[in-house]
Amino acid sequence: MCLAMPVRVLAVEGDLATIEIAGGTRIASKKLVPEIKAGDYGLLHAGIIIQKVDPEQARQTLALYEEIYGQSASR
Amino acid sequence: MRRIRSLRRRLPGDDPVPIMEVCGTHSHVLGKTGLRELLGDAVEYRSGPGCPVCVTDPTDLDMLVRFALQEKVLVAAYGDLLRVPGTEGSLLEQKARGARVSLVYSALDVLELARQNEKQQVVFAATGFETTAPGTALLILEAKAAGLKNLSVLSLHKLMPPALRQLLSAGRGRIEGLILPGHVSAVTGRRAFDFLASELGCRAVVAGFEPLDVLHATALLLEMAAAGRCAVANAYRRVVSEEGNTAAKEAMAEVFAPEAALWRGLGEIEDSGLGIKPGYAAFDARRRFGLEPGRAPGGGRETCRCGEVLRGAIRPPECPLFGTKCTPAHPQGVCMVSTEGACASYF
Ligand code: SF4
Repeated sequence: MCLAMPVRVLAVEGDLATIEIAGGTRIASKKLVPEIKAGDYGLLHAGIIIQKVDPEQARQTLALYEEIYGQSASR
Repeated sequence: MRRIRSLRRRLPGDDPVPIMEVCGTHSHVLGKTGLRELLGDAVEYRSGPGCPVCVTDPTDLDMLVRFALQEKVLVAAYGDLLRVPGTEGSLLEQKARGARVSLVYSALDVLELARQNEKQQVVFAATGFETTAPGTALLILEAKAAGLKNLSVLSLHKLMPPALRQLLSAGRGRIEGLILPGHVSAVTGRRAFDFLASELGCRAVVAGFEPLDVLHATALLLEMAAAGRCAVANAYRRVVSEEGNTAAKEAMAEVFAPEAALWRGLGEIEDSGLGIKPGYAAFDARRRFGLEPGRAPGGGRETCRCGEVLRGAIRPPECPLFGTKCTPAHPQGVCMVSTEGACASYF
């Protein structure tokens, strides 16, 4: 039950954010990530965004995996 | 995987290296992808206590189940909790018998539920680790701001660091490294787990939930072991920072104070639960309804040896309850509740 998923924020208003999820949209609380804005990615858990996803770090992780594991990464 | 095998060969001995994946979601990833078996010759993954509903103690569930049968009461809970058995059945079974139980997706849904059921006392059975507790804190803060009189919270929240401390410092057993829960760490921050290396001498890696994340974390642990290095590394920087989420931690600290909590199969662990602070007593279901779990002294529960199984001090069949009093249908300990649990997968 601790699974959270990355979602894209489409719009924010007050403590709420409209997010894109599974092809649809939904309203989530952004109270715990006051700095998040439209276009950012967040980690959604039980209707609440609990952390911002750092796109730069995400890119670096992918690059690292690619470098270490290369083609075998998907095997 | 080749990399993991070659790293394994750099370590002494022939046995698979014991690594504990603390989080139930990691267990799920390992099971679903078949990695647990594929890598079985190199690594022995042990599922840790990391499923917050599985660790809910049967006595707490019994209390909840009995409470839900009362009149003018509506119990709200996350779906996962409904199936977890107490000694008197699960919430789901009681629901079939007429108990009023409502499933919520988010803690904040409980606000609406309370508004729509003004004549009922709505009690939120709040389960989960640090990922979920901030949501409950927000719920309580908003309920107070809105002056809701029919909403309260039964906090069954559990905290991860104290449980790991207790598990690792109690007695014999060997774990070469821990894979730490990524989403708990998103809230607590990596630093909250530093004590594992600095005080308990156990290396650990915070990991994400893609299969590659788990493989990478495993490789990092073996690398550290081969180099004789002991640290708490972060392989999930895209969401886990050193500090975690300050706003979430502040909301939790405003509403909750750590208190002792009972874990299924592990017993009472100091400061591993979250009690509601006196300033929010009006929203504390324990205080409002005098809810006390009937902590049955003695009984089978006492002899569950989950702690030892998790540490690797014993194998599941060495537990006297295994397969007799403790089966997946009637689990005594957390290792039997989840299908990925050590005792359940042995069964
Ligand atoms: S078999 Fe059951 S009682 Fe024994 S250690 Fe495992 S979970 Fe606990």
